[in-house]
Amino acid sequence: MLAWIPLFPLIGFLINGCWYAFFQAPVGGRKAHATLPGIIASLSIFASFILSLLLFLQLKDMPAEARVIEQTVFNWMHIGGSSGFHLDMAFRLDSLNTLFTLVITGVGTLIHIYSIGYMSHDATPGRFFSYLNLFCFAMLMLVLGASLPVLFLGWEGVGLCSYLLIGYWYTDDEKASAGKKAFIVNRVGDFGFLLGMFLIFTTFGSLDFVALKTAFISGHGALAAIPAGVSPGTITAICLLLFVGCMGKSAQIPLYVWLPDAMAGPTPVSALIHAATMVTSGIYMVARLNFMFSFSPTALGVIATVGAFTAFFAATVAIAQNDIKKVLAYSTVSQLGYMFLACGVGAYTAGVFHVITHAFFKALLFLGAGSVIHGMSEEQDITKMGGLRTRMPVTFAVFAIGWLAICGLPPFSGFFSKDEILWQAFSSEHGSIFLWALGAVTAVMTAFYMTRLFYLTFLGQPRFKEVAGPGKSHAAHDSHGHDSHAKPKDGAIHVHESPLSMTGPLMVLAVLSAVGGLIGIPHMSWLEKWLEPVIPEAAEAATHMVPSMEWVLMGVSVLGAVLGIAYAFNLYKDLAKAAKLKQRYAGLHKILENKWYVDEFYQGVIVRPIFNLSQALWKNFDVAVIDRVVLGFGRVTQWTGQSARTIQTGSIQVYAFVLLIGLVASVGYLIYGLV
Amino acid sequence: MDWFNSHVLSVVVFFPLVWAVFGLLIPTTNESGRNALKYWTLIGSLLTFAFSLKIYYAFQANGAAFQLTELAEWIPGLGTSYSLGMDGISLWLIILTTFLSPIVILASFTAVEEKLRGYYFLLLALETGMLGAFVALDVFLFYVFWEVMLIPMYFLVGIWGGKDRIYAAMKFFVYTMVGSLLMLVAIFFLAYQHKLQMGTYSTALLDLYKVHIPGGGFTSPQSLLFMGFALAFAIKVPLFPLHTWLPDAHVQAPTAGSVILAGVLLKMGGYGFLRFAFPLFPDAVATFQIPFMILAAIAIVYGAWVATVQPDMKKLVAYSSVSHMGYVVLGLFSMNAIGVTGSIYQMLNHGVSTGALFLLVGMIYERRHTREISDFGGITKVMPIFAIIFMIVTLSSVALPGTNGFVGEFLILLGAWKTSPGLAAISALGVIFGAVYMLWLFQRVMFGPVKNKENEKLKDLSFREIAVMVPLLFCIFWMGVAPNFFFRKMEPSIERFLTRSTATAVARASVPSSSSIAAFFSKKN
Repeated sequence: MLAWIPLFPLIGFLINGCWYAFFQAPVGGRKAHATLPGIIASLSIFASFILSLLLFLQLKDMPAEARVIEQTVFNWMHIGGSSGFHLDMAFRLDSLNTLFTLVITGVGTLIHIYSIGYMSHDATPGRFFSYLNLFCFAMLMLVLGASLPVLFLGWEGVGLCSYLLIGYWYTDDEKASAGKKAFIVNRVGDFGFLLGMFLIFTTFGSLDFVALKTAFISGHGALAAIPAGVSPGTITAICLLLFVGCMGKSAQIPLYVWLPDAMAGPTPVSALIHAATMVTSGIYMVARLNFMFSFSPTALGVIATVGAFTAFFAATVAIAQNDIKKVLAYSTVSQLGYMFLACGVGAYTAGVFHVITHAFFKALLFLGAGSVIHGMSEEQDITKMGGLRTRMPVTFAVFAIGWLAICGLPPFSGFFSKDEILWQAFSSEHGSIFLWALGAVTAVMTAFYMTRLFYLTFLGQPRFKEVAGPGKSHAAHDSHGHDSHAKPKDGAIHVHESPLSMTGPLMVLAVLSAVGGLIGIPHMSWLEKWLEPVIPEAAEAATHMVPSMEWVLMGVSVLGAVLGIAYAFNLYKDLAKAAKLKQRYAGLHKILENKWYVDEFYQGVIVRPIFNLSQALWKNFDVAVIDRVVLGFGRVTQWTGQSARTIQTGSIQVYAFVLLIGLVASVGYLIYGLV
Repeated sequence: MDWFNSHVLSVVVFFPLVWAVFGLLIPTTNESGRNALKYWTLIGSLLTFAFSLKIYYAFQANGAAFQLTELAEWIPGLGTSYSLGMDGISLWLIILTTFLSPIVILASFTAVEEKLRGYYFLLLALETGMLGAFVALDVFLFYVFWEVMLIPMYFLVGIWGGKDRIYAAMKFFVYTMVGSLLMLVAIFFLAYQHKLQMGTYSTALLDLYKVHIPGGGFTSPQSLLFMGFALAFAIKVPLFPLHTWLPDAHVQAPTAGSVILAGVLLKMGGYGFLRFAFPLFPDAVATFQIPFMILAAIAIVYGAWVATVQPDMKKLVAYSSVSHMGYVVLGLFSMNAIGVTGSIYQMLNHGVSTGALFLLVGMIYERRHTREISDFGGITKVMPIFAIIFMIVTLSSVALPGTNGFVGEFLILLGAWKTSPGLAAISALGVIFGAVYMLWLFQRVMFGPVKNKENEKLKDLSFREIAVMVPLLFCIFWMGVAPNFFFRKMEPSIERFLTRSTATAVARASVPSSSSIAAFFSKKN
């Protein structure tokens, strides 16, 4: 049963992929309708949503400590005897990943349906939907895998789909480059992941999650400890290596650089892959291996610090971006930082909680942005928007909910999860006031830049040229293709609300963003109890603060959010004032706008030097040294032949002369004993 | 039928050659004759493949060391006999050879149009040479097959090759010759030692196992003999820094030559280590383990780096071979079941994936008569089927999990990690750089706008070309998902190989760990 969860989308992938490969591709990419492939793809992911739901209910009926469903599909690699390497293609569902499967298939279904509308003008929808299904397959493998290599299979699989979908409009070189960058940067992370797996295997002899967990549970039951014979240093090394993998996949400093570029992909892709699901894989892995990470305070410290700094850093960049998707991308990086901050202070549950709420509101925001972009004929610059409130009322309403949720205002979902993280960052034994302060400042900045985005997009006066009269709407609408970025010649656009296939999913997500936080209300958290078997209370940081402190901090963070919102409202009410402020801090703004020049730094310090070195090695070593030596051997042979040849001049006189010398020498030797 | 069953190895080895001789009788003056010759050769290679499946079914994965053995007297004075046999290690290499041969023959149908009879004769003769080398159990017989396959390859490059074919063919020939002559000296020395110790000359592999040769240290007789063999094999693999013949040979060779060269001939090096160098000189292997692993690690990173900056597609793939074959050597010298299994698997993978890459490059070369990467761009738009296939092969080459490449690389790195974490970590950088050169190649050729006018009207793959690729694509996924199918047959042989090659653990412990580099990289010292 379990294996069908990933298999359904795989079947969808095969149907759409084969249809594309056999029928559309050979005739030269004639345009096809998105509806049929879209429905096939949506149905296949919906089927696995239903199955996930059924299995979730089944788990729910089980006693808490027995909540595990396992299935071994086939043997993958078996080498050597008992001390060898044994790996099965096995899945295991427990209380942790059942939540992930629900989010992936649930949000995934909504985004598939949304894509039917969004991609209606695309020339190769079969290809698009097959990639989307393939992604869901890989993502579900990732969360369902019973061992690290199966997880890694999904891990690299989602990376592949990310690559394919970012570069979906491949005729644009920049988009193709963005896809390649995503893949390669992720490979840097995977390098660490691989080494981490190797170290785990040589240390524990297994890569299966349950076997590993058992190694940490001492003979007498619940009390966990580092297994005998394993040094804490090894545990730290393992955790840090695995975290390198997380830095890549979940876009943390210093490997976050691919995620903002990944916005080159179609917007539903950004929502599904680069906001709701794939980028949270790192948090999933840390939460999955919490029994190990908890034994390395050093690794946790690194994770918390990297998370907090990423959250802060990305927020600073988000303030100065004008592309609606770029702002959301940096906000995603920032929110992922929060999640790692939570994991790093030992509050894995809070991290997972934020994964779930973030999946709702960020998918909502991205799809909302997609709706805006769709309605604005591919315009993505928020300085050229404004006043969309009346023109796209549904999008406006749902986007507002997402905005309030990410700002962290009660009772929207983001409030509960973010507040829990901040509280844990402050109060847990691994936490500190510094981590809290960084998180809190980030929260204020988040409120500010999201309000800026919201205001510039939906409120104020329109800053674009509008086509008058609704009559031409459909002709204009149908003529533009998404990959062509077509805009009417005079720059005037007809702004329109998106079709129901797009607004429908938005409304569902809006509801989830509004009430999703209720699963984790502090002190009566259903989530915490549900996750107990996987993330034990003991692993959860013990709080040693007075309860009233929690309320004080909650007040502080809400107040901060309100201040951030209010300041942004005040600032962007009058655009001239905002421009003046920008003028005053032009230098800083330039740095932020250029993302702290990190890409340029990498290009100059890593990419270029390696490229030049490779060039030099090829020309100056391969060709100039090795080949010269080899050819040198040939020359020596030739030279020997040539030289020896000159002795044979054919001249009798020379021969006679040499003969004479020889004779004299011989006779001399015989007579005088010379030489 | 009885005769066939007891001589199945001989049949598989010599069938292509005999078939090719009859092919010479087909007149190629007119079109139908030429087609007849092509199909005659194709059928011959398909029949060979069918016969080789008999080997698969006859082989018992838990039986005796060498199976399907054949023995006939040949040169009694030297103690040399016509002795054939196979085990789980050679099984898949034999099948890889017979599997790739029909593919390259089918791929040659339009690529080669001149001197057809010679071309197809040499292809089949080459197959006989390769198969013979994989089943020879006599060292001298192995040497003969080893040299026999050199000659057809030399002519394939030298006659049907590109512009600088003479230079490339000569370089290939001289490089290989230098290595194999030292091997021949080592073989004679071994036979002589056998005479001294046992009373008679012998070149039978199993006899030579019993010869005692003092080992330990870099200058011991065993080490010198090992180097005699190892040099020949390292050139063939090719191991850094002996790889420079490969890019030239690949670029100049016709597509079929490149595929066979990468797919099978390079494997001969790895196979030589497995069958001869390791079991004959276990002490020397222990001595040279870390130095060779260091060279392998360099090869992996170096090959990937140099591949990145190549302007010519075929040269890029050639350097990627250096990188991928570095993994093979790394796994072999890690000397544990995981690493060796991965290494043998990687040989098969490389045959499939790199063979497929060369075929794809050949297909696009036939259309445009250029291999310069900068001449292309946006090909996906014009050749969508080609794009799909190229993408799958690329993924296999970058070792994406689910494809064959991952299984090999993962096991090799894991095995190497058990021996030397430091070197495994350096080698694992290949995971990153492998993605760099392949994806960049893919982007420059396939993505972006169609800049070059000549590319606008390219025809997508024909039915024949798709038929050439489909078996390889099938293998990419099959080998990635169900490696156990292959491991099952290999496992007992690998265990036996390891027992034999690490037999002198005591001697190994006494190897002076004088080299500080060795001490640094080797956990076990």
